[in-house]
Amino acid sequence: MTRTLQAPVTVAFDYTRSVGPVLGRFFTGLRDRRLVGARLSDGRVVVPPPEFDPTTHAAVAEFVDLPDTGTVTSWTWVSEPVAGQPFDRPFAFALVTPDGADAPILHAVDVASADEMSTGMRVKVRWAEETQGHLTDIACWEPTSDAATGAAPETSVASDDPVTGIITPTSVDYTYAASPEESAFFRGLSEGRILGQRCPACGKVYVPPRSACPVDGVPTTEEVELPDIGTVTTFCIVNVPFLGQKITPPYVSAYILLDGADIALQHLILDIPADEVRMGLRVKAHWKPRDEWGTSIENISHFAPADEPDADYDTYKHHL
Amino acid sequence: MGKLPAAVVGVGQTHHRAKREDVSMAGLCREAMDRALEDAGMTLDEIDAIVVGKAPDLFEGVMMPELYLAEALGAAGKPLLRVHTAGSVGGSTAIVASSLVQAGVHDKVLTVAFEKQSESNAMWALSVPVPFIMPVHAGAGGYFAPHVRSYIRRSGAPTHVGAIVAAKDRTNALKNPYAHLREQKTVDQVMGSQMLWDPIRYDETCPSSDGACALVIASEKAAAASPNPAWIHGTVMRSEPTTAAERDQVNPQAGREAAAALWKQAGITNPLEEIDAAEIYVPFSWFEPMWIENLGFTAEGDGWKLTESGETAIDGKLPINMSGGVLSSNPIGASGMLRFGEAALQVRGAAGEHQVDGVRRALGHAYGGGSQFFSMWVVGSEKPTN
Repeated sequence: MTRTLQAPVTVAFDYTRSVGPVLGRFFTGLRDRRLVGARLSDGRVVVPPPEFDPTTHAAVAEFVDLPDTGTVTSWTWVSEPVAGQPFDRPFAFALVTPDGADAPILHAVDVASADEMSTGMRVKVRWAEETQGHLTDIACWEPTSDAATGAAPETSVASDDPVTGIITPTSVDYTYAASPEESAFFRGLSEGRILGQRCPACGKVYVPPRSACPVDGVPTTEEVELPDIGTVTTFCIVNVPFLGQKITPPYVSAYILLDGADIALQHLILDIPADEVRMGLRVKAHWKPRDEWGTSIENISHFAPADEPDADYDTYKHHL
Repeated sequence: MGKLPAAVVGVGQTHHRAKREDVSMAGLCREAMDRALEDAGMTLDEIDAIVVGKAPDLFEGVMMPELYLAEALGAAGKPLLRVHTAGSVGGSTAIVASSLVQAGVHDKVLTVAFEKQSESNAMWALSVPVPFIMPVHAGAGGYFAPHVRSYIRRSGAPTHVGAIVAAKDRTNALKNPYAHLREQKTVDQVMGSQMLWDPIRYDETCPSSDGACALVIASEKAAAASPNPAWIHGTVMRSEPTTAAERDQVNPQAGREAAAALWKQAGITNPLEEIDAAEIYVPFSWFEPMWIENLGFTAEGDGWKLTESGETAIDGKLPINMSGGVLSSNPIGASGMLRFGEAALQVRGAAGEHQVDGVRRALGHAYGGGSQFFSMWVVGSEKPTN
């Protein structure tokens, strides 16, 4: 048995990114299969255009169209592509300076092997079959025999229908690891036991236990088994639905101070109308059927009224 | 530990909106920065260092945005620092910037804080489920609502006090052209709005905003050119664990101790008498009376009486959140700096329609995390004597 409990967590969101007027010109250009750069105050032509001139700090305003050919100025070979990269087969990442530009742009070059890559090689944009105003509108660069034209960049004309935003899907996979102390707590739950730990310095019982008492900073090692009955110290009724929510509102999210504990747990209160839940309400754990148990606080489906008189305010007021 | 004098000589902010789809993050920051620089009569080239703050990166999904922002913020060739202390970050970022001046390291520091909440969804970003634990979390409102209930129980406050705060702040925002929500509200309207996280109602909740705030902080020498510097009389930051046995979530120790240290630093013995205006971080209405007590303006349990008596209105004894506060504009990362900046505007006599007459000393305050981080400052129209 590993020391800590682990579980996968995926954090994912499709971010809506507003790009502003300058990068908007670049993305609009991509949508229309054009490379749009900017001429900076020092005369350099750069693509993508920086939003603000690095010398004058003013918003960049002079846009130019560049040909979709360029020269590789440096590169690296990606022999084992990973998810999310431009290709699922080996390819090159290269710095390509478009013809007429003074600085390179990073993108993929599609060739079969590293032997076909060289600094100084000529490349041409392979546009995506459908463009949408996103960097992926450039599918990649590919080798070309076209020689550099030497043509000057042309003044770029603004679109009547500019791209103002892009969607950036982001997803990160983590392996979440509970601490050894929390792991003992969650394993205890899989046996129907609630295990806390006492701080040797202040004597407070923490549930779930921590690696150290947050006040004294010393390890909490003495295990304390707690009953599954306690007092609602305070609570809120969640009426608001939101993205990613696991419980259908309305529901009562409560702080429950188990008898013998010195810190309250957060859990759900059911089997009582939400507007009858009150501070001081005595509640008891309602466990799921044993064959549904895992190493989770969700083995307790919720807390329900314990059919006892309410706790006196003085018994829990120092836990608010 | 002598600090050199420092003053706010420029304040700038964006027009805060639910969605600023017309600008990028860099453009949003520059809108605030350019206004602060214009206010200070300076250019970016004159600035010695840039200090940037924002709340969790999950809000925009850009890890360490200061890396990509460096050039747009004019930080190339200069020190660039990023600060993060959750919702209090706008305040702590201003304090980090002012310490660079107070320590004699730099003469002119520009600080900017921002949030572009429209790029994601703050409720989602603050409620990502963690394995094994009960998924009862429901964003910031879900976190703070139980503690508001505790305050109401502990203080015995009448239940409409939160609505008084919300109606006041929203109405104050009508005087602030930069505010996100600009709408006249009555106590009855607030009381009639939907319960979101009982006991917090919809109208008692801050909006989700895109926005930025920037300040120019100058040494005594650099501030000599300013017609109306806001002198920094004291700055304090304190933190504490989010959860600990018997931790006071209603009147947190870190906030109490930070305030006591702040008043001492600023030479203030009776804050209610000596502070003329306060911008306090109130994302949910009830935090006005809670922080009034935590800051020591009244005894514990009496904060709501100050609110109920109308003394925190713009014409009251202690005007609070004349700008409309966090309840009217909440670009989270910038919200603390907006409080600090609005305090500076008040002592500079530059707050426009929401100016309180004759403000000599003002408080700017922010908190963040689970009431875990506190940052606050006192600014004054006169150079500090201590």
